[in-house]
Amino acid sequence: MSNSKDNQPPQAPEAETGAETGRAGDDGRGMASEPMKHYVSDAPFDPYTVETLTPEQERYYLAGQWKLMWWKLKRHKLAVASGIILLVMYLSIIFSEMIAPYNMLNRDIKHIYAPPQGIHFVHDGKFVGPFTYALKYRLNPQTLKREYVEDRTKISRVRFFCSGQSYEWLGLIKMNFHLVCPGNGGTMFLLGTDRMGRDMLSRIVIGARISLTIGLIGVSISFLLGIVIGGIAGYYGGWVDNIIQRLIEIMRSFPVLPLWMALAAALPVTWSPLLIYFGITMILGLLDWTGLARAVRSKLLALREEDFATAAQLMGAKPKRIIGRHLLPSFMSHLIASATLAIPTMILGETALSFLGLGLRPPLTSWGVLLAEAQNINVVALYPWLMLPVVPVVITVLAFNFLGDGLRDAADPYK
Amino acid sequence: MFRYIAHRLLIMIPTMLVISFLVFLIIQLPPGDYLTTLIEELRALGEKPDLARIAEMKKEFGLDQPFIVQYANWVFGMLQGDFGFSFEHELPVQDVVGDRFWLSFIVSVATILFIWIVSFPIAIYSATHQYSWGDHGLTFIGFLGLATPNFLLALVMVYFANEWFGTEIGGLMDEKYVGAGWSWGKFLSVLEHLWIPVVVIGTSGTAAMIRRLRANLLDELQKQYVVTGRAKGLPPAKLLLKYPLRMSLNPFIADIGDILPQVISGAVIVSVVLSLPTTGKMLYEALLSQDMYLAGSFLMFLAFLTVIGVLLSDLALAALDPRIRLAGQATK
Repeated sequence: MSNSKDNQPPQAPEAETGAETGRAGDDGRGMASEPMKHYVSDAPFDPYTVETLTPEQERYYLAGQWKLMWWKLKRHKLAVASGIILLVMYLSIIFSEMIAPYNMLNRDIKHIYAPPQGIHFVHDGKFVGPFTYALKYRLNPQTLKREYVEDRTKISRVRFFCSGQSYEWLGLIKMNFHLVCPGNGGTMFLLGTDRMGRDMLSRIVIGARISLTIGLIGVSISFLLGIVIGGIAGYYGGWVDNIIQRLIEIMRSFPVLPLWMALAAALPVTWSPLLIYFGITMILGLLDWTGLARAVRSKLLALREEDFATAAQLMGAKPKRIIGRHLLPSFMSHLIASATLAIPTMILGETALSFLGLGLRPPLTSWGVLLAEAQNINVVALYPWLMLPVVPVVITVLAFNFLGDGLRDAADPYK
Repeated sequence: MFRYIAHRLLIMIPTMLVISFLVFLIIQLPPGDYLTTLIEELRALGEKPDLARIAEMKKEFGLDQPFIVQYANWVFGMLQGDFGFSFEHELPVQDVVGDRFWLSFIVSVATILFIWIVSFPIAIYSATHQYSWGDHGLTFIGFLGLATPNFLLALVMVYFANEWFGTEIGGLMDEKYVGAGWSWGKFLSVLEHLWIPVVVIGTSGTAAMIRRLRANLLDELQKQYVVTGRAKGLPPAKLLLKYPLRMSLNPFIADIGDILPQVISGAVIVSVVLSLPTTGKMLYEALLSQDMYLAGSFLMFLAFLTVIGVLLSDLALAALDPRIRLAGQATK
């Protein structure tokens, strides 16, 4: 029945139509020597043959929006690399204390302003594995700079997966496990020490916890505000929209940093460091929602006119359902991309505020707090490694920018 | 055009009112006021504060009145050119501010000029050599400029300016010109010191501008009229400069509105680092010591500077491209 190679004239109704067309063709050609061989396909007629998809096409066309986004994002190498870097950094903040070779608060008064120590492998022509040389201290009488020289006789081998200085993991569990520790009796200040002899590397690793989360929390706040306020403006339109639009314009036309400074200065000095931390995130988030609100509003206005929104409306869906179920998801990807691009501003904002001494205060450690110690011009001249916390700041901000760019490109997978 | 300008000017009034209210709200936020801080400070030093005098001051400056009354007094005062009294400096605010406002203005304008001059050729190069090594390199440097906190850039630049050129650290002019009247020498000295803050503040704005101009120019270069022009044998330089470039120049003007708040923000923090005699340092100190009228006036100045800048850029844009005004009306 389904054998298509069979050329026998079948009794199916198609046979007649086929025969007719055959004849018509003959007539058109005029004087044919012999009638064309009668051909009728007996395959069942399927009007959808043109639309059948190859498995790959099917996979593509049936894939959801998020899957398409993911495929598109994967092609953006820089964005993927940035995403991986950020993922590693964010994972590391759970285990900061273990990754840091020292306890962040440990003061080594014998090694104040010690420069970054190199890791060596070969001692006296023999391979010993990673080790550090001891540091010998000398005060330069002219510049009053503390100078350290490596004592090439004393070596201390770096230990891995070791027990070192004790700490409280996440402030809860007392532990002393480290991934890397200095050798017994030796030191390992890979990025040098600060004015109290605290290990910079450990402080940077642990400071990441606050610097990285502040962006996330701040963006969540501004995200919430942006969606709600932008949603109201876009949905109700009219005078509500007008007022919100004016407000957004005003807020956008105001230089942010002075406002941040004023708000941060308004935080009571009596607050605990943790409260200050939340205060600062609130401040960063409170002034940043305007961009997102604007995006939400314009998207909502545009999408409201789409056919699927009308369809939902005709089927009797309530506004809340239309917005939440149909409109928001279709530009959530855009919102996530804009949120990603907003995080760097917050990280830089925290850094700037802390640098000025208006942000987080010392018992808390963030990259900004660390950089505040590099405020002095002497530091640049004498102890430049105190400026190293800027490196993770730059890396994070760059990574968020690249990831955000990639996400923004991928956010419209149907293009 | 006249209607448009009038409309924009009218909109400025409620804008400045809302800003002034926000500013006053914020500077009133810290618990207590300058006088309570003063009393506490004196107590901490073991001195006995003159309570009668302080009560008198409180009355004089209306600090005992409710918030709304204080706000109204402040706004009406400002309308009459009276910006209040700085407790810290014991001078009227306008005397404290004086030159600083103009110096801030000069730094901001110079920064925007710098942004234009630098981003213009780089963006053209990047767009015409898309995906070349030069483009990638410049884009990367641009991103780096966006990502580096500018206060740190300021520190490093001051250090190197001092090492290499012997420019003294900080300040916006040679010490001998501080307080002196404007003269050619003072002008040159300002120029000599100006470039560090301008470069530092302008870096991130330049990076943003390059990216936007590049994107615009790329869009423009793909349009059909460019293809037509090329097919008809227009020389490449003319083909680039005559139409697509002119079309993509809009962001140069339009972006002032976006960049100016950034520039002024940047100027504030950089001036703290470089101890420039602009508004930043003083605002910082005023905020810390709750010298509320001084801080408030500074914030208002900055806002005013921004609003005026945005207005000017909008007007320039409307003059350059009549479609923009029409588009603005159409969306209503």
